[in-house]
This record gives sequence, C-alpha cells and structure tokens, in this order.
Amino acid sequence: MSTTIFEKGRSGRRGYRLPENDCPAEGLELPVQRTGPVGIPEIGEQEAVRHYMELASKNYHIEKGIYPLGSCTMKYNPVVNEEIARLEGFAGLHPAQREADVQGALELMYGLERSLSEICGMHSFTLQPAAGAHGELAGMMIARDYFRNRGEERDTVIVPDSAHGTNPASVVLCGFKPQTIVSDERGLVDLDDLAAHLSDRTAVLMLTLPNTLGLFERDIDRIVGMVHEAGGLIYMDGANMNALLGIVRPGEIGIDIMHVNLHKTFSTPHGGGGPGAGPVGVSENLADFLPVPRVICEDGRFALSYKSEKTIGRVHPYYGNFNVFVKAYAYIRTLGARGLREVSENAILNANYLMSLIQESYHVAFPGPCMHEFVASAANLKKHGVRTVDVAKRLLDYGLHAPTVYFPLIVDEALMIEPVETESKETLDHFAGVMNRIAAEAKEDPKLLHEAPRNTPVRRLDEATAARTPDICWLD
Amino acid sequence: MVPEECQFTKEHEWVFVEEGNVAVIGISDYAASELGDIVYIELPEVGSHVKQMDPIGTIEAVKTVADIFSPVSGEIVAVNTDAVSAPEIVNKDPYEDGWFVKIKMNDPGELDVLFDHSEYTEFLGEQEAADADEDDMEEEEE
Repeated sequence: MSTTIFEKGRSGRRGYRLPENDCPAEGLELPVQRTGPVGIPEIGEQEAVRHYMELASKNYHIEKGIYPLGSCTMKYNPVVNEEIARLEGFAGLHPAQREADVQGALELMYGLERSLSEICGMHSFTLQPAAGAHGELAGMMIARDYFRNRGEERDTVIVPDSAHGTNPASVVLCGFKPQTIVSDERGLVDLDDLAAHLSDRTAVLMLTLPNTLGLFERDIDRIVGMVHEAGGLIYMDGANMNALLGIVRPGEIGIDIMHVNLHKTFSTPHGGGGPGAGPVGVSENLADFLPVPRVICEDGRFALSYKSEKTIGRVHPYYGNFNVFVKAYAYIRTLGARGLREVSENAILNANYLMSLIQESYHVAFPGPCMHEFVASAANLKKHGVRTVDVAKRLLDYGLHAPTVYFPLIVDEALMIEPVETESKETLDHFAGVMNRIAAEAKEDPKLLHEAPRNTPVRRLDEATAARTPDICWLD
Repeated sequence: MVPEECQFTKEHEWVFVEEGNVAVIGISDYAASELGDIVYIELPEVGSHVKQMDPIGTIEAVKTVADIFSPVSGEIVAVNTDAVSAPEIVNKDPYEDGWFVKIKMNDPGELDVLFDHSEYTEFLGEQEAADADEDDMEEEEE
C-alpha cells in the first residue's frame, strides 16, 4: 500500500511561498475563526510530484489500457479537446461575468444545445444537469410539472427490469411510484406486461435504449404507440447513445424526454467521478418546462433568458459544468455528422466482434447481434467453483480492467462488456485471448482464480466487511 | 427450524408454521449461497399487514440486491433485529438464527401453493439440470 501524502509530510517542510497578505484582517470571530493551523500536509515540491506520479502509475485508466465497463462508454478522450478547454478565453472565465463579455462562451453553449438537438431529433436541450442520474431527475420533474399543468393526476412510472439501476431511484426521488415490467425471452420489453401496467395513472415509461443487454427494442413503434395511447410520456435514458449516433434520432421515433451523457458518448473524461454532464432534451410541447436560464440568440447576440412561467427552475448553480461543454462541442465539431455515425458503427462492430471471440468460453445471455455492448455470463464456470467475481479479479492479474459485473440483475453471473469504438482489433484480440485463457484456467486450476489478483498493489479486498463495518478514516 | 419441516417458495424463501398459525419466514441455504455475503437487510415494521407475494423487505449482498416476498398474507408479529444488525448470520445459519419475520396468517390455505421440502429439492435439481443442459450444448460446440 502507498502511504498517504499526510504520512509523507514532516513538520516545517514547505513547497510553496505565499505572497504577503495585503488585505486588512476582516471580520471572522469565534467560533468560526480558526484557532490552529490548517491540517494540510507539510511536504516539499519534489515529494509531492513523486507522490502523485506513484499513484498515477498504480492507477488504471483509459490511457493505460482497455476499460470495457458495460454501459459506461469508457472511450478515449482526445487531447485536442483538453487543449481547447484550456484556452484562456474559456478556462479563465468567471460565471458572474457580464453577458456582453462572454459572447463566445454563450455561443458555444448555444451551438452545443443545437447540435445535441440535431443529433437526437429533439426540439431543445438544457445543458445544466451534472450527470446522467441528475438528468433523469430533471426529466422526471419536467414530466411531473407537465401533468400538473394539465391537471392530470398521474403518479406511476414504468421501468423495465433491463433499465439502468438509477432509473427507479430517480423516479422515487421525484415523488413518482416505480413499477417494474419484465423482459421477454428476447430480452426486450414484454408487450403484454407493458399493456397490463399502463393506465390513466401512468405518467412515464422510462426506457433505456438500447437496453442494458445491449439490445435495441425492436417493438419501439408499438411501445411508443401504447404509452402515448394511454396518455403517458416516454423518457429515454440515453446513456447508451453511443450505439445510435447518426443512425437513430430518438425524437423521430416519438421519445418525449431524454438525456445524453457527455462523459460517455461525447468523449469527455469520467474523471474520478466528475465533473460530468447529462443534458436533457425534450419535444416541442415540453420545451417551456426546461430549466432556466436558457441561452438564446437574438440578432446575432447571445443572452441568458429567464422568461418562462412553466420552467421547473434551476437544477444547477450558474449554467452547468461549462468546461465539459467545451470538450464535448470540440468532439462533435471535430467529427461532424459523418464521423459521429462512424463512431456508432465502429462501437457496434467492435462489440459484435468481441462477442464472437468469447462466446465459446462464456454464455452470451441473449445470442444474436448486439448493439454497442453485450452481456456474457460466467454461470457455465460455476461447476468448477468459479464465479464472475473470480474472472473479474483474474483479469486484473493480466493488467486489464474488468467489465461491469453482476449487472443487469436479470442475468445470472453477468459480465457486461462494452469495448467502445476507439479500441483496435489487436486490443480486442488480446482482451478476448485473456478472457478465453481465464475460462480455461477455471477448469484446470480454479485456485488461480480464487486467489486472484496476485499482481496488484493490494490483493482481493474484503468487500463484505467493508460494507458491513465501513471504516473510512486513515488514522485511528 | 429443520429444512425438511419447512415449505418453500419459488423465490427460495422457507416458511415454518408455529403454533397459533404463525409463519416464520427466512431464505433457503441455496438462496444464501447464491446471494453471497449479505451486508444489509431491510425488514417491515411489526404490526404492518402484508399480502401473499408482496415485497416486504430487501436483502443487499456485496454485488446484488434482492426483494423478500411474503409467502403468506397476514400481520407481521415479529422481526429478527439480530439479522438486521448482523446480516452475516443469514449466511451462516439461514434456517435458525437467520430467520426474517413472523407473520400471523390470515389464511393458512395459502400454504397449499408452496413446495414441501422434497418438491423444493426437485425444483432446485431441475434448475441445475437446465444449467447442465446448456453446458452440454456448449461442450458439443467445442
């Protein structure tokens, strides 16, 4: 284990010098006034640099290798996007500056909103939500206010059992009641179960498309028709939009509300849990409910508009994670319409190629062509006493990141694999080779898997004790 | 509770009937081992009324979450707070210390739809056989 930067520190060491304080001492009194020194590490610059280099080299990241986490779209983050986001005219802005002084930033937000609307076939977007689940919540709030405004009492939201796990949570957070519907033998929405749950209480069907099995809903036209017939709206969780760019425009198939994840589909970094962005798009009849402020363009001048009586209000301080918008917009403009379509085509091709390489060693939950990801299962290794968690830990010994495991819940011993479009054939061949070798090891020497990982800085962690009696302090 | 004297649901819960039409509910050792290390259990309040197959609680394991479905209708008359504070006892001893709730049954006739122990064993056997079939197919492909 590495020591923390606090443990490396020694009293009195400094790696910085602060300028003289030329401000008069103002105002703070006890109890808010600090009485002792701030507890920051005392360390020289060289030690600080070495500390973070050591952590970075122990870490696993997309710059180091394939990161096939299903439904996470861990694609390469082009360096040019970072360069553009660091331009002083973007990076040096303060969100409280006058509109007249930040026309370029507003134009970029306007352009990104219009681009997303074009890509998704939606009427308009808000860029404010800071993540996918935040977008889901904003989308649910839009639906809630839409029905309130119409004087309709609709309190339930239908969520298929193949949806992302955040969907029912967002539903509950917004005050709706979630209802689960089952998947049929194809892994798609069971139309009979959908029909049985639709009623005049149904506010929304929340559909992950493609779903977490990596399958496109073949009956989407009928699903949309049934929900609209019942007076409900359709929300699309667009976290898997990497399968659809330039191929399907959700607005054109009748989706009313959707979110996209800029940190998945549009190549901005997932960066240690944030910041992300989960813009929400709506159809024309819902546009008035979007959060304010909206960026508008009048006579070539860009402005922030708060004029909306039906708005759900703000969902983020200021305007959202602006730095993320810059990177996503750079990505969209670099690739263009044709390039974006190629992104999805290659993502789908890579997933199907990888599936074909490992399907003799692992069950594929729903065989046949997949979209950008697929769900395999290690259930066939159970007879050797080996489970998915053992396969995942063994992958680490080979220097590879494991896929998403044990999700979706409807597949026993699930391994949810999304290779993304930026991985080469050689990388996919290598990953599949290791997966197949691990399946062989499971039969010949299961102990190797039970004891994995052996080659990582820490061995297998006791996740059960960590969850039962969490200890999150580094000092007693 | 002796497994042979319990009845079972397809959701791998067991029911043992005590005197006075009180049903004790837990999960089978098969369910406990499939879930893996259980880290959190949420159970209903004493005094709440439940219907057969209502979700009445949640079991959270390291990598998965499962609902607890009530095998019978009635009133919750006791919950096992020991299992809530130390969920590992469900993994260690699912039939004795690891029970979940006791339900005063409205209609003992509801028990008729449940498996007895030998039927449950057969049910588990069928599931494993289904897995084995898939394995055979796979080996043929190889």
